[in-house]
Amino acid sequence: MARRNLSLVAGCAIVAILAMAAALGPLLVRADPLAIDLTQVLAPPSRGHWLGCDALGRDMLARVLWGARLSLTVSTMVVLLSLAAGGVVGGVAALAGGRVDSIVMRLVDVVLAFPGFLLAIALAAILGPGLVDLVVALTAMGWTGYARLVRGEVLSLREREYVEAARVLGAAPRRLLLRHLMPALAGPVAVQATFGVGGIIVAEAALSFLGLGALPPAPSWGNMLDSGRAFMLVAPHLTTAPAVAIGASVLGFNLLGDGLARTIGRRG
Amino acid sequence: MIGYFVRRLVALVPVALGVATLTFALIHLVPGDPVVAMLGDTAGPADIAGLRHELGLDRPIAAQYAGFLWGLVHGDLGESISMKEPVTRLIAARFPATLELTGAAMLVAIAIAFPLGLIAGANPGGAADVGAMSFAILGISVPHLCLGPLLMILFSLELGWLPLTGRGGLAHLVLPAVTMGTALAAILARMLRQSLVQVREADYLRTARSKGLSAFAALMRHGLRNALTPVITLLGLETGALLTGAIVTEMIFSWPGMGRLLIAAISARDYPLVEGCVLTFALSYVAVNMATDLVYGIVDPRIRLISG
Repeated sequence: MARRNLSLVAGCAIVAILAMAAALGPLLVRADPLAIDLTQVLAPPSRGHWLGCDALGRDMLARVLWGARLSLTVSTMVVLLSLAAGGVVGGVAALAGGRVDSIVMRLVDVVLAFPGFLLAIALAAILGPGLVDLVVALTAMGWTGYARLVRGEVLSLREREYVEAARVLGAAPRRLLLRHLMPALAGPVAVQATFGVGGIIVAEAALSFLGLGALPPAPSWGNMLDSGRAFMLVAPHLTTAPAVAIGASVLGFNLLGDGLARTIGRRG
Repeated sequence: MIGYFVRRLVALVPVALGVATLTFALIHLVPGDPVVAMLGDTAGPADIAGLRHELGLDRPIAAQYAGFLWGLVHGDLGESISMKEPVTRLIAARFPATLELTGAAMLVAIAIAFPLGLIAGANPGGAADVGAMSFAILGISVPHLCLGPLLMILFSLELGWLPLTGRGGLAHLVLPAVTMGTALAAILARMLRQSLVQVREADYLRTARSKGLSAFAALMRHGLRNALTPVITLLGLETGALLTGAIVTEMIFSWPGMGRLLIAAISARDYPLVEGCVLTFALSYVAVNMATDLVYGIVDPRIRLISG
């Protein structure tokens, strides 16, 4: 019992801090994440610059905070889009049944047989770098999981007695969906979406690290890791700051997902 | 048994065809002209038409697709534009390095996961369980991208114990393998624990204990084998994912494998090479998943009947 609450509490706390950092951080730390100051090149952490400065003398704290905004915006957007696309596809397949179901799910299986991150890399490579293309590439990687989840849940929920009862009482398909299926779907979907945000944060950072995501000088954690590599020996803070930011965010979402899953009594 | 193997192998054909088609579609149907991207905006229409003809991109899409499949069946993936060599030869030169890294990462993962999972699962709720599982969630949360550079700073730059980058002897393999293997170790340890906890409730374990075996001995002698089945499946599925995880790890550690080849091909806009690399990764993923199915069938005979 104690552990269950701990996951949820710790996850909530980390995600809340992250969200506040993303929302308010750029207001509190006034330094411009893009302002170049050649007198501060590779400056170590100090009172003026808590996390030091990068190779162009840009304030690392400001960059990490703006990076949180970028990372959270992209990952939330991708998860919502994946959820919408996957939810519609999975829901339609389950409700239509028969041939529609088998054709749609066969297509989903082909996409699932393709490694997700590779799909994102290939799409990002073809579409070119940039934020919109990044969101498209990551959504293409993410929607299949939700399609499967929603289809599976709808198929099993349809057989439940209370849904059966509602149908027998003459509830229209639309009412059945909105009143009886959606609320029951919310739990498992929320769990998977929470883990999903963590996964997309990593994938976004990885694509940016590989030069396929957000374009420099945008303060993306992945870009920062990439540009820090060259200075690892002289300025390790350029690497540690974004690395810890990514790790902590993912940990937060994983703990939250774990806690949620335990609370509603199922694994996502 | 042989019937099961044959059925699984036959089932592989449509999946492999689907994956190859998706790769082709990614490169050829997604908006954006690869030829313009390769030559840059300043290229004249004659240059563009010339390269397009050279690459066979001026043919109808169905003919291109047929040619692609024909080449694939014959082991011909075209010629790299940037390196002027057959794509298959370039891939064959780099693939062993990626396999070596992936294999080493798997060994690291197994070596960490088993003791952790056993300690945690043998006494759920105990201090060792909480400790092991806390480590596991930490391990799952720290992506390659972060762990790699942090390990480099600590073990290569600060302590000077291990080489920073490149491929060479065993010492070069340690950091990249640990980077890649840690998350998998955490996932496997969690699965092993969960599986052991479920097995503890089984009737045959109660029987074993009523014969006088201690709880631990009963779990080791009778429970472990059964608890391992889901762990093996997960190991197989995650190995496929590990292969693509190698892309980032290879870039961090300048490991000369398929991942770096792919990223180099992307930056050079060398589309035949990109296509070949993506296809190789994807087909390896499919092959590993298929191999997992086969192993699963050997470990758990019931599977052979169900999926027959």
